[in-house]
Amino acid sequence: MTTAVDEQVWVPVCDYAALEPESGVAALLPGGTQVALFRTGDGAVHALSNLDPFSGAMVLARGIVGDRDGVPVVASPMHKQAFDLRTGQCLDDDRVRVTTHAARVVDGWVEVAVT
Amino acid sequence: MTRTLVVVGHGMVGHRLVQALRDRDSSGVWRVVVLGEEPRAAYDRVALSSYADSWDATRLALDGGHNDDLVELRLGDPVTAIDRTARTVTTASGRRQSYDALVLATGSRPFVPPVPGHDLPGCFTYRTIEDLDAIRAAAGAAAGDGVVVGGGLLGLEAANLLRRLGLRTRVVELAPRLMPLQVDEGGGAVLRRLVERLDLSVHCGVSTRAVESAVDGLRVVLSDGTELAAGLVVFSAGVRPRDELARACGLAVGERGGVLVDLACRTSDERVYAVGEVAAVEGRCYGLVGPGYAMAEVVADRLLGGSATFPGADTATKLKLLGVDVASFGDAHAVTEGALEVVHNDPVSGCYKKLVVSDNPRDAGTLLGGVLVGDASSYATLRTLVGRTLPTDPGSLIAPAGATGATGSGVGVDALPADAQVCSCNAVTKSRIQEAIVVDGCADVPAIKACTRAGTACGSCVPMLRQLLSSCGVEQSTALCEHFPQSRAELFEIVRATGVRTFGELVARHGRGRGCDICKPVVASVLASLGTGHVLQGDQVSLQDTNDRFLANMQRNGTYSVVPRIPGGEITPDRLLVIAEVARDFGLYTKITGGQRIDLFGATVDQLPAIWRRLVDAGFESGHAYGKALRTVKSCVGSTWCRYGVQDSVGLAIELELRYRGLRSPHKVKAAVSGCARECAEARNKDFGIIATEEGWNLYVGGNGGFRPRHADLLVSDVDKETLVRLVDRFLMFYVRTADRLQRTSTWIEAMEGGLDHLRDVVVEDSLGIAADLEAAMAEHVANYADEWRGVLEDPEKLARFTSFVNAPGVPDPSISFRAERGQRVPVLLPVPGVPGAGEVAEVKR
Repeated sequence: MTTAVDEQVWVPVCDYAALEPESGVAALLPGGTQVALFRTGDGAVHALSNLDPFSGAMVLARGIVGDRDGVPVVASPMHKQAFDLRTGQCLDDDRVRVTTHAARVVDGWVEVAVT
Repeated sequence: MTRTLVVVGHGMVGHRLVQALRDRDSSGVWRVVVLGEEPRAAYDRVALSSYADSWDATRLALDGGHNDDLVELRLGDPVTAIDRTARTVTTASGRRQSYDALVLATGSRPFVPPVPGHDLPGCFTYRTIEDLDAIRAAAGAAAGDGVVVGGGLLGLEAANLLRRLGLRTRVVELAPRLMPLQVDEGGGAVLRRLVERLDLSVHCGVSTRAVESAVDGLRVVLSDGTELAAGLVVFSAGVRPRDELARACGLAVGERGGVLVDLACRTSDERVYAVGEVAAVEGRCYGLVGPGYAMAEVVADRLLGGSATFPGADTATKLKLLGVDVASFGDAHAVTEGALEVVHNDPVSGCYKKLVVSDNPRDAGTLLGGVLVGDASSYATLRTLVGRTLPTDPGSLIAPAGATGATGSGVGVDALPADAQVCSCNAVTKSRIQEAIVVDGCADVPAIKACTRAGTACGSCVPMLRQLLSSCGVEQSTALCEHFPQSRAELFEIVRATGVRTFGELVARHGRGRGCDICKPVVASVLASLGTGHVLQGDQVSLQDTNDRFLANMQRNGTYSVVPRIPGGEITPDRLLVIAEVARDFGLYTKITGGQRIDLFGATVDQLPAIWRRLVDAGFESGHAYGKALRTVKSCVGSTWCRYGVQDSVGLAIELELRYRGLRSPHKVKAAVSGCARECAEARNKDFGIIATEEGWNLYVGGNGGFRPRHADLLVSDVDKETLVRLVDRFLMFYVRTADRLQRTSTWIEAMEGGLDHLRDVVVEDSLGIAADLEAAMAEHVANYADEWRGVLEDPEKLARFTSFVNAPGVPDPSISFRAERGQRVPVLLPVPGVPGAGEVAEVKR
């Protein structure tokens, strides 16, 4: 089911309708990688590593989605650090950034890129 | 070498002296022997009248002084003689004790006018716990009339006690007005009117000629011939220093009594000091605890070689008597030559204010003193201005709010000099508070209280603490977060009034942006408090913190713990078996909680519904351990089983837990019910705690364990169950509506303007007229309660969210693993990848 585009492999994950606005879900990629998929209120889809780097727990998908000064963020459910949904940058500690994945919607399906 | 200090008398000042000395004497120079006459250790005699709130003497206990090898307390054995040559004292039991230094802290005795019959049975004084016990016992036997001889501060407190004990009460005062020492004629007149509204009769300007036996009790005969029937008589006509020991051993005494001391509090014998009410500092005795404490500090310093001197005393007083504010400070009677009086007198509203100022044309008047009756809100500011030039004309300082465009308190804290005492109870200056804010980083009133102790006693300076915070540039913004300029309480009212039921609409109409992890859970909580259905319905699911979203408590490896409700901590063996079987079958770590229930750890998101199914089928429901909501109502076993119990605490705890279960609130709410005064349920560290009495229930509020422990305060005593439930309904709903986000009841009350008194006014007296509304809101909550776990199990759409992976719903999270410890499973934590200092990171504060 995978397709190669510019060295990226797009993995179809789920029906776009399975994502609720301003919410996240966890997805399991081939090889065991966990991503947190978010749909923001404007319809955009973002994919971050599900691993909360501060606690070592796979929980970012269960954080609250919102914005900080207009930056779309998810707040870790463990200790509330906020991460930029677009870049993975932690807004509370500039030394910390979580891995991001490109994400897109094709024919109503959400796809995540793995490199 | 250790020397011996003997302290004669263990009242408040004797106690403070011992504390002050032990705090400073780190090398243990002094061994202290305290010889007390009373059968009990020092207690808070200033708060003696509050003993009648609970009849529980332990509530008057003073802090400290326990388990100190260098302090020996011998009670119930008064000193009868002092031998200054041999440097010994002898007690009533014949015991002799030598001393290197001696401190007389024998206090005062009530003055009983030597009228015929003053010692008849049925005549009492008002100074000790034993006095109050005796009055209470006699009042029970002699219902009807009570007479208090003396209309000063203590006389009015005694009158209030008789009134509370159900007696028709009359006050007889020799002076032409009540509280003649503190208030002037105008203030006395207003005070009298306010007091008479409370069904107390007042006879001023007459003396007591005799107390006589009558057929059905006593008869008090006044100098004008009036005869008052009395079941009992309380004499409260001032005090006299207990200087007899000093007289007998030849120490100098003051002209009007009291042991004569210099500014070092030293008597005519350099080894002997006197402190407190028995001391006549340069001839003058002080009947207030503040000056007594100052003397204790002086003597502690002197004993350790210091050179402290008595700084003079502020005799300013402010009190609330029978619900009436009375304050007096400085030269209240305008005895300074050329003093001018500026008066605002409003007998209709029951408010009298007078400022005494110097007649100096150049500085427009230095404040010399004042009297406030009916409204003493400006006391804290005004008394700190005594001796200073007023910042504005005195008339505007006491004008009613709004009359001059000025605020009620007249003068801002900015006008105060740096060394002004903002908190006079604990002698905290304006500059110390500013330092706490600027240097120590105190950002709110509770922080200032914890740091400086300012505002922790009478609380009258709390509004000034707030002003100081803002004048120091500490943003006292009540905005919830960057998305809502409103406070939580304001948002609550908006949601309640407008009927807006989605976050999207609320933030669009009343806020900005998309929301965040602060405002979203608050709005979800407000919606839940208003009873808008299941917490996971509609857009609410995306507002919930993970605990509320999964109706379980997230643990450090991302799994959850499950706590079924066990109301009151009562559980049958069969139900215990159900929990045990569920825990075993799902491999859950099992632990008994502090709230008398059982926590099951290690459930993954996808396991939660299966666990709930088993529990719900067996009759369990959610315990809301995950919510900012009522948690548990803990109980002791109570009168059903306990030999000491006086009420059914388990039954009440279950009833209350079932009544308030599921109530969403600004923070978690914990409660407990104890079946007797032994308090085995630890109700006084709960948000609301109930302790059984012989007559009913005492309700305490605002207790806390945790980070900042605080004992709950007594709200009402001896109420029946119906009244109790009504008051808890009001208390909880008032809290739900008005507290800030994550503000426990303890800090809510501490930060409240007017504190506990205001809370009592609102909840018990219904001063805001909202009690019926609060009760109705609670009735609606009770009627609409539904178990949240069952709500998920019965709704496929909600159920579908409880999966590990959106693309692999049946696959367990491979990152979660366990190891065994003491026979149970505990989480194996993943290494934390490349985060500097991780593991030390606590919650990020914003």
